[in-house]
Amino acid sequence: MHEMSIAEGVLQLIEEAASRDGFTHVRTIWVEIGRLSGVEPEALAFCFDAVTRGSIAEGAAFEIVAVPGRGLCYECGRETELEAVYDACRHCGAVPVQVTGGTEMRVKELEVD
Amino acid sequence: MCTTCGCGDGETRIEGEDPHGHEHEHLHADGTRHVHSHSHDGGDSHHHAHAHGHGHAYMPAHSHAPGMAKGRMVQIEQDILAKNNAYARQNREQFAKRGIFALNLVSSPGSGKTTLLVKTIEALAGRQPVAVIEGDQQTSNDAERIRATGAPAIQINTGKGCHLDAHMVGHALEKLALADASLLMIENVGNLVCPASFDLGEAHKVVILSVTEGEDKPIKYPDMFAAASLMLLNKCDLLPYLAFDVDSAIAHARRVNPGIEVIRTSSTSGEGMAEWLAWIARGAAAARG
Ligand SMILES: Nc1nc2c(ncn2[C@@H]2O[C@H](COP(=O)(O)OP(=O)(O)OP(=O)(O)O)[C@@H](O)[C@H]2O)c(=O)[nH]1
Ligand SMILES: [Mg+2]
Ligand SMILES: [Zn+2]
Repeated sequence: MHEMSIAEGVLQLIEEAASRDGFTHVRTIWVEIGRLSGVEPEALAFCFDAVTRGSIAEGAAFEIVAVPGRGLCYECGRETELEAVYDACRHCGAVPVQVTGGTEMRVKELEVD
Repeated sequence: MCTTCGCGDGETRIEGEDPHGHEHEHLHADGTRHVHSHSHDGGDSHHHAHAHGHGHAYMPAHSHAPGMAKGRMVQIEQDILAKNNAYARQNREQFAKRGIFALNLVSSPGSGKTTLLVKTIEALAGRQPVAVIEGDQQTSNDAERIRATGAPAIQINTGKGCHLDAHMVGHALEKLALADASLLMIENVGNLVCPASFDLGEAHKVVILSVTEGEDKPIKYPDMFAAASLMLLNKCDLLPYLAFDVDSAIAHARRVNPGIEVIRTSSTSGEGMAEWLAWIARGAAAARG
């Protein structure tokens, strides 16, 4: 379950932001998770809840902004949506498709007090 | 707290380290007991995107509960893996400076990694210095198997952790008698999912697929096969006893990663060893510059 380490990484970013910015409580966190990032959003939310107990982010709402997988077809040159890295181009059926988006895992912003 | 760099290390243990030197900042001793205790499972499945059920429905970004003053917004815009990637960069710089060729070996449990490492070290004896970092959740059995060959090895136990990360590897490097111009083989925790996301600073990920595992593994676990430069199709001595379709396994791997190289190997029969050693020799020569 690498979602546990990912959740710890999120908490670290929050704590660093808190020491820069001086907030003491996090109400909401928005995290961007790409479809092709290898992270299971439900598992990540669960782990975030576990690792933030006793921290400034305890009880924070964890909002996942899902980012679709995107690719560029080598064959027809068009953009195509990808559910998985090995999906075929939706326009012409060619494989492989070059992955151009959807691998990100980013903390976007926080609502804090 | 890690005394060297101030980072929390969870329940990771590196051989030869004071077990109390690496207490975690957030999890504390009881961290893993923190299993979700409030209701995820109250039938409100729409809460799955929340860390826990607040009882409010999904709110679009920047909205807030009615009657409650809105909190202050703080922009972060940071990659969650940035920390790991920074440690990986440090490891990679160290490897480059010292002419070290580092490989990250990933696979399901029991694919034959340690056996292959032992055979590789024996074949390279006297020709190429080799060192090994062994990752397992528990025991130092694998590091002991490597040390029996005379090569330096250090065990990292990840506890409940399912993968090595670049920070653990950086610490293991401090403890490892790693000669310049070495081949460094890092045997990751047996797991085809999690190690894919964590760069350790290696030159290549090498994925080992044993023929007893089924030819569709590459599309069941595409991230790992997409991240690897080389696939070793291992335990090929067993092919006469199995219905495993080699061509189909390779086709599945290439569907996920068109550029992946493939070598058929067996530690038992020695098949493919020459080709594997030649692949290593090319990479090691490039790393020495
Ligand atoms: N037939 C056959 N068996 C092998 C081969 N390589 C390893 N084995 C056997 O497979 C089993 C697992 O081998 P290991 O080398 O411990 O595998 P591993 O990938 O290091 O295992 P973990 O570290 O536990 O994930 C042992 O019983 C080995 O004897 C091979 O080439 N052919
Ligand atoms: Mg092993
Ligand atoms: Zn196309």
